[in-house]
Amino acid sequence: MRAAIRVASFISLMLVSMQSWAEYQLDLRPGVTSFSQGAYEIHTLVMWICVVIGIIVFGVMIYSIIMHRKSRGYEAAKFDDNLTVEIVWTVIPFIILGFMAVPATKVLLDMEDVSNSDMSIKVTGYQWKWHYDYLGEDISFFSNLSTPMEEIQNKATKNPNYLLEVDNRVVVPINKKIRLLFTSNDVIHAWWIPAFAVKKDAIPGYINESWFKTDKIGTYRGQCAELCGTNHGFMPIVVDVVSEADYATWVASQKDSAAAAEASSNKTWTMDESMEHGKAVYATSCLACHQANGAGIPNVFPGLAGSAIAIGDVSKHIDVVVNGVSATAMQAFGPQLNDADLAALITYERNAWGNNTGDLVQPADIKAAR
Amino acid sequence: MSAVIEEHHDDHDHKPTGIGRWLFSTNHKDIGTMYLWFSFTMLFIGGTLALVIRAELFQPGLQFIDPEMFNQMTTLHGLIMVFGVIMPAFVGLANWMVPLMIGAPDMALPRMNNWSFWLLPGAFGLLIASLIMSLMGMGSAPNFGWTFYAPLSTTYGPDSTDFFIFSVHMMGISSIMGAINIIATIINMRAPGMTYMKMPIFVWTWFITAYLLIAVMPVLAGVVTMMLTDRNFGTSFFSAAGGGDPVLFQHVFWFFGHPEVYIMILPSFGIISQIVPTFSRKKIFGYSSMVYATSSIAFLSFIVWAHHMFTTGMPVATELFFMYATMLIAVPTGVKVFNWVSTMWQGSLTFETPMLFAIAFIFLFTIGGFTGLMLAIVPADFQYHDTYFVVAHFHYVLVTGALYGIFAAVYFWIPKWTGNMYDESLGKWHFWVSTISVNVLFFPMHFVGLAGMPRRIPDYNMQFAEFNQIASIGAFVFGFAQLILLYNVIKTIRGKSTEKATDQVWEGAEGLEWTLPSPAPFHSFTTPPTVK
Repeated sequence: MRAAIRVASFISLMLVSMQSWAEYQLDLRPGVTSFSQGAYEIHTLVMWICVVIGIIVFGVMIYSIIMHRKSRGYEAAKFDDNLTVEIVWTVIPFIILGFMAVPATKVLLDMEDVSNSDMSIKVTGYQWKWHYDYLGEDISFFSNLSTPMEEIQNKATKNPNYLLEVDNRVVVPINKKIRLLFTSNDVIHAWWIPAFAVKKDAIPGYINESWFKTDKIGTYRGQCAELCGTNHGFMPIVVDVVSEADYATWVASQKDSAAAAEASSNKTWTMDESMEHGKAVYATSCLACHQANGAGIPNVFPGLAGSAIAIGDVSKHIDVVVNGVSATAMQAFGPQLNDADLAALITYERNAWGNNTGDLVQPADIKAAR
Repeated sequence: MSAVIEEHHDDHDHKPTGIGRWLFSTNHKDIGTMYLWFSFTMLFIGGTLALVIRAELFQPGLQFIDPEMFNQMTTLHGLIMVFGVIMPAFVGLANWMVPLMIGAPDMALPRMNNWSFWLLPGAFGLLIASLIMSLMGMGSAPNFGWTFYAPLSTTYGPDSTDFFIFSVHMMGISSIMGAINIIATIINMRAPGMTYMKMPIFVWTWFITAYLLIAVMPVLAGVVTMMLTDRNFGTSFFSAAGGGDPVLFQHVFWFFGHPEVYIMILPSFGIISQIVPTFSRKKIFGYSSMVYATSSIAFLSFIVWAHHMFTTGMPVATELFFMYATMLIAVPTGVKVFNWVSTMWQGSLTFETPMLFAIAFIFLFTIGGFTGLMLAIVPADFQYHDTYFVVAHFHYVLVTGALYGIFAAVYFWIPKWTGNMYDESLGKWHFWVSTISVNVLFFPMHFVGLAGMPRRIPDYNMQFAEFNQIASIGAFVFGFAQLILLYNVIKTIRGKSTEKATDQVWEGAEGLEWTLPSPAPFHSFTTPPTVK
C-alpha cells in the first residue's frame, strides 16, 4: 500500500512538472499544408499504436518482474513452446501494420503528385547557401544566412531567429500550388521546411520535385537537412507566404532592384564605394571560408591576406573568383554575382587586411574578363 | 610434431609467455580477449569524441570547436563506434564463446584468426592518425559523416579520405575473415549430437550474422574502391559532371549499411536469449521460432536498404515497396520480444547484473524498434529524416541495444573467463547509473528531432536549447559511468578481493560452456563432449 502511494505521488509529481514543460516543443507540429497535416496524423496514429503495444508488452514484463521472483519463492513453470500463441502474435502484428499502411499510402500518393501546379521555383543548393529561380518570372537570387558572426561567437545576444534568418527570403502567394524543383551545384543538400512537410534532397545532376500549397499567411523557417560540409548548420531557409496583392508588389520590387543592379554595373566606382560594397559582398559570399580577417582556416581554406593571388596579377585574381578552382571548395562566383559585386569584392580583397595594392577594379573589367 | 603432442599431454597452463603470447596467438581465448580489450579501448576513444560533441552542443553558439572540427568529431565517433567497438566486441565474444558452446577445441582457422585481429589496430591506427594530424594542424580528418555520402567524400573530401578508404578496406578484410572462421567452426566443429536445432541461440545468431558479413562487407569494399578510383584515377562513378550518379553511392552504401545494422544487433539478440532463460530458470520460449525469426530478419535486411533514402526522390512505387518491406521487419522482431517476455513469464527470476542489462535491453531496444517502425512510414519519415529523431532511434538500438547486450555478456561470462566473480554491487551501480543517464541522454533527442532540429549541426536555435542541455548532462554521466565497468573488470581479473566462481557460475545456467572449469582452461574440449 505504501509502495502504491509512493508510485502515485511520483506520477503526480511527473504530471505537475509536465505542465511546466508545456512551453517546450515535444511533438511534431501539424504544419500548414494538407500533407503536413497528413504526415502529422499518420505520425500520431503510429506513435499511439506503439504506445499501446508498449504498455501491454512492458506491463506483462513488469508484472512478471514483480510477481515471478525467486525471492518470493516463485517456482519456475515448465512450458517452453506454444504454437497457438506463436501464430497469434505473428498474425496480429500483420493486421496492425495493415491499418498503418493504408493511410500512409494515401498521404504519400498525395505528396508525390506534383501535377497542375500554379507556379514553379527552381531551388539550387550551394555550399552554403540556397539559390532560387522563379521559372518564367525572371526573378532569381541567392539566400544567405544573415545571423551576424558576433551572435554565433557569443559576442552578442542571440535574436529569436538565431540561425534561422536569411538576407533574401522566398516569397510566395497563398492558395497557390507551388512546385519546387531541386538540384545542387556541388554536394548533396536537403531543403526542409517542417511546417510544409517538404524535405527533398538537392542532388547534383538530378532534378527532384515536390510541392506545397497553404492558406495560412506567415513566415516559415527551415534548415538544410543533409550534411553538406563545414557550414551545413548555417544555411537556413525562410519562406514568406503572402497575399496575392503583396506578392504582386514583391515581384515588381524584385524587377526594380534587378534594374538598379544593371545600372550599377554600368557606372564607374570610387575606391570608397568599392571598399564599402565589397566588404558587404565578402561577408555574404566569402567570409564563411576565408574568415573575416582574411586568414582562412589553415590547411582547409587558404588565407587571402598577403596571398599570391590577392596581391599579384589582377587578371589572375579575377579569373579565380569568376571561374573558381576546379576540384576544390572554391566555387565559380561568375554566375552567382553581378559585375558590380564582383568588381567591388575583388577591389576589397586587394586592399583589405594589409593587401595595400591600391588596385581599383571596375565592373567593366569584369565584363571584359567574362 | 611429436614434441608438440608431448607438450600438450597435460592441458593445463602451457601458455606461451611474454608479448609473443599475444602477437603470435592462435588461441581462441587469447584472441577473444584481445578483441574485447581493443573494443573497450575504442569505446573510450569514441566516447571521448561523443563528449566533445555534447560539450559543443550544451549551449547555442560556438564554444569549443569550429564547425569543421565538429564534422570530424561526428564522423570519427560514428566510424569508431560502429567498426571499432560493436563489431570487434561481437567477434571477441564469438571467439571466446562459440568453441566453448559447441564443444570445439578452438576456432577452425586459428592462424587466420590471429591475422583478422591484428589487422584492426593497423586499420584504426590509420584512421585515428588522420585525426591526430588534424589536431596538429595538418589538414582535415574525414569530415563527411560515417555514411560518407558522395560527392562530399569524393570530389570534396579532404586528403585524409584516402587514409579512411584504406582503413575501411582493412576493417573489411578483418571482418570477412572473422566471419569465414566462425562459419567454418560452427559447420565443422560441433560436438557429436549437437544438431543445428540444438545449438545455443547465441551460436545461431552469430552463424546468421557471419553470413550477413560475408554478403555485405565486399559491397562496402566495393563502394570505397569506387571512391578511391573517383578520387585518384579519374573515374566518375559518383560524379554527375562525369556522367556518374551520386545516388548510386547511397544505394551501394545502404545495401551494405542496412544488413550492417543487423550485424550489430543479431549477436546481442543471441546474448539476451542466453541470459534471460538462465536467470528465469526456465528454457527459452519458442526456440525454433527464435531461429526462424532471426533468419527472417536477416533475409528482410537485404530488401529494405532504400528506406534510408526516402528523400532522394525515388519513384513513388519504389517508396511504397521499401515502406511495406520495412514495416514487415516489425513482425519477426516482435516475435523475438514476445518470446523473451514469455520466457520470463512464470519463471523464477533473479536480478544479477547480466539479467538487469538484459531486461533493460528488452525495454529500451523495443523503444528503438517502435521509432524504427515510425521511421518506416514514408510521409512521416519526410519529417523525421536527418533530424535528431533518427539520432535518438539509432542510439536506442545501438547503445541500449547492441552495447547493452555486450555489457550483459561481459558480466554473464567474465566469471567463466577469469575464474572470479565480478563485484555484484559495482555491477549494479554501473547498471543503474548507466540506465538512468542513457535515457536522460537519448530520450530528449526525440523531442528536439520532432521539433525540427537537423542532425550533424554544431549550433542551433534557442528553441532546442533546454533538451540539448539535458542530453549533454546525461552524456557526461553515462560516459563516466563506464569507468565503473573498467574498474570492475580489472578488479575481477586480478581476483584479489573477489570470490572464486564455481564451474556452473549461475544456478540456472545450461550449456557446454558451464561444464568446463572456471576459468576455462587454455585448451578446452580436446576430446569432444557428447550432446544428448
